[in-house]
Order: sequence, then structure tokens, then C-alpha cells
Amino acid sequence: MSVQLSIRNLTKRYKTGEGVTDISLDVKKGELVTLLGPSGCGKTTVLRSIGGFLEPDSGEIMIASRNVVKLPPEKRPTSMVFQGYNLWPHMSIYENLAFGLKIRKTPKSEIKSAVEEALRLVRLPGVEKKFPSQLSGGQQQRIAVARSLLLKPEVLLLDEPFSALDAKLRHEMREELREIQTETGLTMVFVTHDQEEALSLSDRIIVMNQGNIEQIAAPQDIYDSPDTLFVAQFIGKMNFLKGVVEEDKLRVGSLVFPNTKRLEGSIVIAVRPEDVMIVADSGEGDGLHGTIKQMMVLGHYAEVSVELDGHGTIRAFQPRDRVKELSMGQRVTVAFAKVIAYPNK
Amino acid sequence: MSWYFRAIGFRKIFEFLLLVAFVVFFVGPLLNLAVLAFSSKWNYPDLLPRQWSLQWWHFVLQEEDIAKSIGLSFLIAGLVTVLSIVLCIPAAYAFARIRFPLSRFFLFSFLLTHAFPKMGLYVSIAVLFYKLGLMNTLLGVVLVHMINVLMFMTWIPTAAFRNVHTAQEESARDVGATPFRVFRSITLPMAMPGILVASIFTFLNSLDEAQGTFLVGIPDFKTMPIVMYSIIADFPSSAGAVFSIILTAPTIILLLAAQRFVSADIMASGFQVK
Repeated sequence: MSVQLSIRNLTKRYKTGEGVTDISLDVKKGELVTLLGPSGCGKTTVLRSIGGFLEPDSGEIMIASRNVVKLPPEKRPTSMVFQGYNLWPHMSIYENLAFGLKIRKTPKSEIKSAVEEALRLVRLPGVEKKFPSQLSGGQQQRIAVARSLLLKPEVLLLDEPFSALDAKLRHEMREELREIQTETGLTMVFVTHDQEEALSLSDRIIVMNQGNIEQIAAPQDIYDSPDTLFVAQFIGKMNFLKGVVEEDKLRVGSLVFPNTKRLEGSIVIAVRPEDVMIVADSGEGDGLHGTIKQMMVLGHYAEVSVELDGHGTIRAFQPRDRVKELSMGQRVTVAFAKVIAYPNK
Repeated sequence: MSWYFRAIGFRKIFEFLLLVAFVVFFVGPLLNLAVLAFSSKWNYPDLLPRQWSLQWWHFVLQEEDIAKSIGLSFLIAGLVTVLSIVLCIPAAYAFARIRFPLSRFFLFSFLLTHAFPKMGLYVSIAVLFYKLGLMNTLLGVVLVHMINVLMFMTWIPTAAFRNVHTAQEESARDVGATPFRVFRSITLPMAMPGILVASIFTFLNSLDEAQGTFLVGIPDFKTMPIVMYSIIADFPSSAGAVFSIILTAPTIILLLAAQRFVSADIMASGFQVK
């Protein structure tokens, strides 16, 4: 598939020292890409630069093979959904939606059908005559999405559009956005600090930290093999243990793993809680020994905390049935199904 | 009877008495004024005038001086309103949107004209106006009136512009509006209630202004409040009543017309220190 949006060496620095440095990324046509990172990581800076609301210090932004970096927002083939205050309270929903098309001098009959179509897409048919204040927060954000949709942008930009909504609604909106994306085939760039949102929505995730890209990969890959220690810490739950490289093997206590990354010296081993195996301590065999400190049943699984001898505390997800065999204070042996190693800074 | 009061409750009775006092204090004088304006003979202790008549209305409306003052007052008030809109709305927009050094200081400086006794200010203005040849000119009177309203005309619209969120302006840019179009179709209409309230305030304030006009505009620019002084001094109180009704009528009409926009919120937001 062709590349719809391409950013080359984008740099924007603020006086405060925040900003982004040398960002390059490609978004394919029809793809939903998420910019994910903690607040202040520069994800919104990238998005606002694409939309034309920020002038980058240097770099190029190509949309459908056209350099748009010098264009003002109104001339760019992008459309943006903001976190809030998207709608104009003095206009009816119809007027809100029709505003962009009126500027483009679209015939009235076309506007009418476009508005209807957009409202159908966001599942709010028949609200044309209402005013924004008569709609709930979730409905207002849907109208904002609809307004962007009916302009048929080359790239749809979404700046944490659901972060002001409650958890349940946020979940629904995510699913709806995914459906809309499948139906319209729009290219979307979505900014969020919520990793769950990013994992559930995206075709690819771009993890950012302190103005740099840490990793670009599909959600599954980001979760399974985070490139950097930061990504490992930021995405999902993760246990970290200190280890060393000995004879080209990674060693944590009595556990040994192959050194696939060719690391040297002191390392950090990352293990997902679901990759931690717990067996009752038999006093021998490979593994780290420890004592069960806490057990919490969280629905269909349980979280077990084990205080390891000399390796800190480790969290493990266990099937709920399995927990019945374990008890607080019990001595256990812990082994790992899968580990990822990082150099220790 | 007492069971009835007990059933209503002390609180309700107290509220009712408060309302009565309120009505008596506010509507009473106006009612008295209205009756006085249509009376020719009204002596103590009569509750109502002995003779009703329109004679003072004839007198006031026929006196050329007075009729002229009404026209002049409305002309000046209109000019003051238009000019201060032209001057203050861009300033208010700048205060709300553009960050510049000392912006808060400048915004506060508008309060200065209200921080001194008016007469002292007017006298020093008059000295300045003598040198500039602005004494006894329309421009001079208009300028003096504008000094009084600068604060409201800047503060209230500034708050109104601040209430328009950047995201609302940006999303208009985003769907294709030029910066000018954004201001015309989004920012200005959204700030309109505040601007309207400030404008009405300005118009009424100018209609009512006497001190400054008296100092700068005499002898040629006699507005309604100035003529009012001489009428009250020279004629029976009925003439004064007629005149004050003419002076009050625009206030009531304008406030009723703008009722939809005038809310305590808009006024209050203008005076919030941010």
C-alpha cells in the first residue's frame, strides 16, 4: 500500500526544552497509527505539526506525496479532532457539520446528504437541529468526529479525543472508531497516553519518550518484544530483575538464558507476569526461590506477589484455579517462560 | 388566621416581606415619578393628583432647547458606543489572545480612570482640551464620555473572548476557514453577548453622563442630564418628572431588548482577575 503520510526529520524545540527531535515516520494509506507516550513526550507536538497548528523548526511533512509544511491549517488535507471544545455552541449540529463544506462552496443538497451520511456513521442520525449544549460529552465528540469525516481528509488526526469521557464510554467509542475506520478506509493518526487504548485501536503504535521515537511496531510486537527498557516499562505490566552476562549467557541467580542480543556486563531482565511460572519449592532444581507475599484474585486470573531471595518482589499472573494450591507465606520456586534482556544503564 | 401563617412558615413570610420592601423601594419612586409626570395639581395630603394633564409633556417637548438636547444626547451616545466598539474590541481581543509583556498591567490601567474623583480628572482633562482646542466641541464631549466606559468596554469583551476556547478557533481553521473567517463566524458571534452587554452599558452610561459634559461641552453641547439640572431648578417638579421618564425610557427599553444576553455571569466574568 502507498504511503499516505510521511514525516522526515521533524524537529520542534520549545524554549522550555520540551519538543521533538529528528522524528521520521511513515503512515500507510488506510492505516491507524497511534502516537503513545507519557505527557510531555512530544506526541501532541508531532500531531499539531501535521495539522499545521505548529511550525516545525525543521523537517518535512508529506501528505499524499505533497509537502505541506509551509501550508496553514485551512489549506492542509488534514482534519483534527481535539480533546474537547470542538464544537461551536452558537451553531446547531447541522451548521457545525456544514461549516467546512459551506466554505468550500458545496451545493446545499450535497451538504445535506453529506451531513446525514456523517451522522449515520457516528450513529447519531436526526440530531441536526439540536445545539451542542443539548448533547452529552460523548455525543459531542462523535459530532466532532463526524465533522472531520465528512470533509474526507487525506489524514484524520485525533488528539486524545476520548480522554475526557468515562471508562465505559471510552471503550465504546474506541470500538466505534475502529468500525468507522474499517468502513471509510481513512488514514488516521491517533494521540493517546493510554496504552490500553493504543493497544486495542492501532495497526501500529509509535512509542515516544522525551521527544524521541522509542519504537514503531504493531501492538502485538510492542507488547511481546519491546525494543527498549522504556517501552518495556511503559507498555503493560512487567517485572524487572538485575542480572549479568557470563560466558555469553544471561544469568539471574541460578537461571540462565541465551544471549540473543549480544549484551555485555550488567543487564536488566524483563519478564511479563503471565510468563512467570510458580511451583511449590522442592528445595532443588533450577529457579529462583522465594516466599508468597500476597495473592489477589482479579476476575478470571489472580495476581501473586512473590518475595524472591535477593531479587526483590516479582508479580505473576496465575489461573484462578491454580491459586487454590498456593498459600500465603509458602516457599516457592519461580521460573520464566520468556525473558527480554536490556543493558543496565 | 394564625393557622394560616403557621402553615406557610416563618421563612416564607419573611421572604414575602422582603419582596414587598424591595418593590416599594424600587418601583415606588418610579410610580411616583410616572404619576407626577401626568399631573397638573397634586397637593399634600392627596393620594392621587387632583388634576391629570399632559401639559408638562407639551411643555417639555415643545421647548426647542429640550427637544434639541434629546437629539444631541442620543447622537453623542451613539457616537460614543460606535467609537468605543471600534477602539476597544480589537484591544479586548489582543488582551484575550496575544501574550505581550505587561498585558495585565495595561488591562489594570483602565481602572485608573475610576480610581480618582471624577471632577479632578475632568478638570485636568479640560486643561488639556483648552490647549488642543477641544473645549466646546462634539469631539471633546465624545472623548470625555469614552474615558468613562473604556474599562467596561475592554474588560467585559476581553472575558468574552477568553471564553472562546483555542480549540474552537483551531477546529474552524482546520475545516478550512481563514483567520478572518474564524473571527467573523466563530469568535465574534461567540463573544457577542459580552460585547452587546458592554455596548448597552456604554450607551446608557453616555446618555447619563453630566459632569464631564458640563465641564467640556458648555455652552453649546447641552445634553439631557445638563438640561435636566436647569429644568429641576427652574420649573415645577412635574417637568422634571416628565424629563426623567424620557431619560429612563431608553434604559428600560434597551435592557428589555437585551434581556436574553444580559446576565450576571457576563458582567461578573469581566471583573474576574485572571
